[in-house]
Amino acid sequence: MATATGTQASTKFQAFLDEHLERELLRFTTAGSVDDGKSTLIGRLLHDTKAVYEDQLASIKQSRVNRAAGPIDFSLLTDGLRAEREQGITIDVAYRYFSTSKRKFIIADTPGHEQYTRNMATGASTADLAIVLIDGSKGLLPQSRRHTYIASLLGIPHVVAAINKMDLVKYDEAAYKKISADFLELARRLGIKNAQIIPLSALEGDNVVASSTHMPWYKGPTLLEYLETVPLAQAAEERSRNRGSLRFPVQLVVRPDANFRGFSGQVASGVLRAGDEVLALPSGRRTRIDSIVTYDGELQEASVFQPVTVRLKDEIDLSRGEMLVSPDAPPAVSRNFSAKVVWLHADPLQPGRTYLAKHASRTVRVRATAIHYRVDMHTLEQLPAAQLEMNDIASVNFVANLPLMFDSYAVNRTMGSMILIDAVTHATVGAVMLERDLGTPSVELVVAPTTQVHPLILARSAKTARSIVQILHARNVPHVLLDDPYIPACSLACATRVAQLAGLAAVYSGEDPSKELMQQIEQFLPQARWIQLPDGPLDEAAFIQRLDQVLHWENSEGKE
Amino acid sequence: MNAPAPSLDVTFPHPAVSQRALNHLQALEAESIFIFREAVAEFANPVMLYSIGKDSSVLVRLAQKAFFPGKIPFPLLHVDTSYKFPEMIEFRDNYAREIGAKLIVHKNQKALDAGANPFALGTQNCCGFLKTRALLDALEAGGFDAAFGGARRDEEKSRAKERIYSFRDKAGQWDPKNQRPELWNLYNSRLNKGESIRIFPLSNWTELDIWLYIYAEQIPLVPLYLAREREVIVRGQSIILKYDDTHMLPGEKTQRIPCRMRSLGCQPCSGAIRSEADTLPKIIEELIAFRRSERENRVIDHDEEGSMESKKREGYF
Repeated sequence: MATATGTQASTKFQAFLDEHLERELLRFTTAGSVDDGKSTLIGRLLHDTKAVYEDQLASIKQSRVNRAAGPIDFSLLTDGLRAEREQGITIDVAYRYFSTSKRKFIIADTPGHEQYTRNMATGASTADLAIVLIDGSKGLLPQSRRHTYIASLLGIPHVVAAINKMDLVKYDEAAYKKISADFLELARRLGIKNAQIIPLSALEGDNVVASSTHMPWYKGPTLLEYLETVPLAQAAEERSRNRGSLRFPVQLVVRPDANFRGFSGQVASGVLRAGDEVLALPSGRRTRIDSIVTYDGELQEASVFQPVTVRLKDEIDLSRGEMLVSPDAPPAVSRNFSAKVVWLHADPLQPGRTYLAKHASRTVRVRATAIHYRVDMHTLEQLPAAQLEMNDIASVNFVANLPLMFDSYAVNRTMGSMILIDAVTHATVGAVMLERDLGTPSVELVVAPTTQVHPLILARSAKTARSIVQILHARNVPHVLLDDPYIPACSLACATRVAQLAGLAAVYSGEDPSKELMQQIEQFLPQARWIQLPDGPLDEAAFIQRLDQVLHWENSEGKE
Repeated sequence: MNAPAPSLDVTFPHPAVSQRALNHLQALEAESIFIFREAVAEFANPVMLYSIGKDSSVLVRLAQKAFFPGKIPFPLLHVDTSYKFPEMIEFRDNYAREIGAKLIVHKNQKALDAGANPFALGTQNCCGFLKTRALLDALEAGGFDAAFGGARRDEEKSRAKERIYSFRDKAGQWDPKNQRPELWNLYNSRLNKGESIRIFPLSNWTELDIWLYIYAEQIPLVPLYLAREREVIVRGQSIILKYDDTHMLPGEKTQRIPCRMRSLGCQPCSGAIRSEADTLPKIIEELIAFRRSERENRVIDHDEEGSMESKKREGYF
């Protein structure tokens, strides 16, 4: 029956297929101010690499709108939505695709004007390279500084300054040199390692795809030459500098029948190898990789970004939101961390308010505990802030209701990125780049209380108090540690009552309260169960038994 | 009719694992599989919009890979306008059976009973009743909170701005000015009651990527994609395949020419192209030579400038 065959395909075509299949993928983002000619530059790239289809070209030639002086307004190729065709500004991220014989490219074309910085961060978050457009006739404007800063903040490995509109300054080398020096100084301050500067004219096509004859003083690559040759392997290397350290967040548990139990996910960094020992987090259990399963057959190993399903040697408890990691180099496991935040929403970020946070495959609740500073985008100065407005970039401390397993964003983009979601409207409100583990907090986050009983626990020593805090935390009992010198024993009744109203168990580690004080507590706080620990080291089992008795007192009473 | 899926005598070895970087098709495949798994983990009741076309076929293969060794854990939904090519319906039923997927077929029977067709209503209204309305009804009837679709951003200008997770309000509508920012690979799946999300795992694929992947993976396709001599009516710029019930204008005659479909829609509104490409490699060769975007032969996008955007705001996929 098979009449169609592939044998008729020419050898030339075979060569083409082979070439195309082995091409690499480069994702880049473009940023510029409103009139820097960004859309024109992309239109020019698409046109000169023959990525524009003839009917699309015919359609923009016929369009009622033409903002360009020439016969073709290239910017119409990328300004897709009707609203922006009317206003003449790009209002959202547009993705564009083109390829050459060397690479396939994905462009995230992002708006330049101030109120849409959130879209710029969006485009930058997945990019390997950023093109910052600078108007050659205007020099390095605050917007260009802002864009370069965001590119560095989002950890884009390569930044290209495209000095556009060189035709307007008569292709003057001095103008180029001045902007060049300003940009290199900025890149140095921001710690951008790979910065490239290219003078061009998108309108005239100079140094975009073809070399310019107008700028013989420029010896560097054209923009396309640079995009085709910038080392990607290095970009990948940059992306996961701790390549040796396995990070495998579990997305799904696959159980098609009683005999198969596998854990699906994408390798975030490192290498998964059959037979290797792995650590499951947060449980801390160790086991070995039994096999790596895919639709296309079993693999001996899987590397960064490969989607696979893993079977383990031992039947350990592991589910979505948990993670397999290298036992010798685990990530931070913490509920308290510092981060850089880009605020994306018109409702401000308010310290103390609870947000949903999605990190890797885990969603937790977080609260900002402190805003260290926000960055003034004009001067890059650090200023104090009580809350964050849309487009603010700031340094913030967070506390979460459950531990996150993370690496710093600078080391590992996948393991260091997080989004904040409004708990009521479910809008995506913040982009978070995690920095440091801040250790165990003494004030715990209030979540929906698991019990109506909020006991007072008298720990007698700071050491015992720390152990108790860990036990309460592991059992999801919201609590507060009363180890503050301003809460003396005589105010224990008041402090306990406040904790109770807040839905918290109180752990007190100061001096033993007197008999009168205990009577006072019982008298004024009839619902406050309390646990007084004996002297000496903590008997954990006995304490947990007693804790359960107290916590479930009300429930069992209710049933009677 | 009934031509088998093309036999492919050129296969590509799977590249050795652990090479430094994935090639572009592997990178796209990995991204799509990740999206499928995230969505299935986070949504209560997802469904896949299955249009029988080449993009749907790729989508199905990616879903098979994402959940292997399990079966695809959601149903396939086909919105049938009843104007689809008979080859498409036959392929749909056979293929769903073969891969063991649950298939839901939905028609806007009320509109069809009232005589809805593109000649009486015009293409815009006809699509409105038989596709957009039917789709929204089917999603509501199934109580689906997420629907996978095969749309690609390179297809049309307004799609270039579409998110991978595209939020729809209670009426199923898309507001291009009020989309959720989408950062890294962290997709926001949170919904309030009545809201839903359209998910586009093929967002970053181009038409060429789709064909290369079909070729490399040997994915079965509706035979209409392959060139053959077929009986057609040439109407203006369009070539319309002739079936027994094809609506002919006064004075029109049929002729036999070698042709194929570049994209599959409804019989009255999808034109064929003159082509000799009867194998996948030839199709890819032709595609590269063509430089003409694939939706050109569908009448609906040309109704007015910005027409796809209008349809999408109303809930069209």
